[in-house]
Amino acid sequence: MLSGTERQELEDAVTHYPDKRGAAIDALLIIQRRRGWISDETLLDIAQFLEITAEDLDSIATFYNLIFRKPVGRHVAFVCDSVSCWIKGSEQVQEQIKALYAADLGQTSPDGRLTVLPIACLGHCERAPAVMIDQDVYGEVMPEKVESIMEKYT
Amino acid sequence: MKMERPLTEHIHLDGTTRTLREYVKDGGYRSVQRLATMLGPKDVQRLVTESGLRGRGGGGFLTGTKWGFVPMGPSAPKPKYIVANGDEMEPGTFKDRVLMEGDPHGLVEGMILAGYALDAEVGYIFLRGEYHLSAQRLTRAIAEAYEEGYLGKPLPGTTFCFDLHLHASAGRYICGEETALINALEGKRAVPRAKPPFPQAVGLWGKPTVVQNVETLYNIPHIVNHGSDWYRRLSRTQDGGTKIYGISGRVTNPGWWELPLGTTAREVLERYAGGMSDGVRFRGLLPGGISTAFMTEEHLDLPMDFSSIPPEVGRLGTATMIVLDDHTCPVGFVLNLEKFFARESCGWCTPCREGLPWVARILTSFEEGRASKEDLALLDMHTKWLAPGHTFCGLAPGAMAPLQSALKYFRDDFERHISLRHCPWSKKPAQLRVVV
Ligand SMILES: Cc1cc2nc3c(=O)[nH]c(=O)nc-3n(C[C@H](O)[C@H](O)[C@H](O)COP(=O)(O)O)c2cc1C
Ligand code: SF4
Repeated sequence: MLSGTERQELEDAVTHYPDKRGAAIDALLIIQRRRGWISDETLLDIAQFLEITAEDLDSIATFYNLIFRKPVGRHVAFVCDSVSCWIKGSEQVQEQIKALYAADLGQTSPDGRLTVLPIACLGHCERAPAVMIDQDVYGEVMPEKVESIMEKYT
Repeated sequence: MKMERPLTEHIHLDGTTRTLREYVKDGGYRSVQRLATMLGPKDVQRLVTESGLRGRGGGGFLTGTKWGFVPMGPSAPKPKYIVANGDEMEPGTFKDRVLMEGDPHGLVEGMILAGYALDAEVGYIFLRGEYHLSAQRLTRAIAEAYEEGYLGKPLPGTTFCFDLHLHASAGRYICGEETALINALEGKRAVPRAKPPFPQAVGLWGKPTVVQNVETLYNIPHIVNHGSDWYRRLSRTQDGGTKIYGISGRVTNPGWWELPLGTTAREVLERYAGGMSDGVRFRGLLPGGISTAFMTEEHLDLPMDFSSIPPEVGRLGTATMIVLDDHTCPVGFVLNLEKFFARESCGWCTPCREGLPWVARILTSFEEGRASKEDLALLDMHTKWLAPGHTFCGLAPGAMAPLQSALKYFRDDFERHISLRHCPWSKKPAQLRVVV
């Protein structure tokens, strides 16, 4: 069930489009911001609101890198794996994250603190390698800097 | 003296954004105020056509020509739409971010003018989901423009009223292709649409729609304010204006610079980026994102614009260059690119959906010392099977541009992977490496 405030946020998003389904991605992002991920029940609730089938909405949800159809940790580290960052050592950064938090790409650390995901070029190529943690982008991330960057994400 | 770097002259280099007050103080929104008295929609269209402005999204299509396909007049379908393409997921490309973070009102003004010129009353900014800072700053700029009456009300002295919405996407490269973008905005799975019909005639919700790259739109207020002759003179070549050039890879000073169109890659590399980093040597570069062909030493003095690079060499793309140095394996470099394309293929058409993972697998076999001469021939064949015209959209042909040129310029390196049975750049001998 969508809460009153969730429903209100969705109603606002819908006003930007001539029909309800136009707000499909907005709706998924709005609800994910509140609930962390999109479960099957959540998907069904949103689909009903948008007046489309759950299957239809799932074909959109699963299309995007930033919609989570599985639970994630309290924070998500997105490690850029595109070419400018790869040249500058993104693989070593990812190895360091794995060593520190016991989470390989696609996994969540056992304490639930951090999910690690690969991501396409973050558009910070002049400061490669780049990592985005939740919504914050860090540039020139050398392996030895990972731990101090992570301090505020508990 | 008029500006030489109209797009970025006032952008703060410390990363803070330009406020509405600063924007207006430096002449921002002046074009909008002049519309009623001085300029009708046709005048704006004419200025843009005469300026020689070419789309900055990578294709370099003449903006004025594109606008010419939009139905105009009282019998034209309503509403018409103008969309800013801020998907910017092309690896190596970060120019639109610089503009949107640094000067969000410039995009709002560019869209109002484009809307006015085409009598398109609704605009969307399609922004990639990872650009959170751009999203924040644009949201604020749009709200301020509504408060000031530039949006949502008839513009002073006209009957034209423009509404503008920000659409944050959720991360998928294909959304940058304009017809996939239109499906995404309609809340559908973002696969490309067949063309024709072209979006200018039948686009969003079946209405005429113009999709324009973010950087393209930033140029429009300046063309309207200073005229098309001035704009053409900013460039060194026949394409009008300046361009944001960027560079990443192992260079001394990676970054971006707004320079006259037609600046050479050598100037960007040596004069602005300070040359290669200590201890590494130049081998080649991708001139504008990863869907462009490699250029090597012999091409560094070509004017980098949309009309001076011979088609057999390549194309400018987004003008944000990625440099390949001699400490980086060219095969590994191309493997990285093809993995990206394979992952981001939308899966709609078979040659791309099946071909790109195949290419990535073959390149992996090179890196792991398992490749043979036949694999090299297979790579050559893929560059033909996935060439323009063989797939539903431009993603797969784009993926073949760096591969085909790498096979041409760095063929020896591919062959050495075969004869040595390991990657010459890898410190680990092949037999000790874990095959996943
Ligand atoms: C796979 C693919 C991805 C694209 N991504 C972008 C993009 O992120 N931004 C962009 O402006 N154009 C992108 N384009 C080009 C657009 O389809 C379109 O041509 C462009 O937005 C038109 O704007 P312009 O004429 O101002 O350059 C892409 C094209 C393809 C085939
Ligand atoms: S070429 Fe690739 S990205 Fe384009 S439609 Fe075909 S499968 Fe989709």
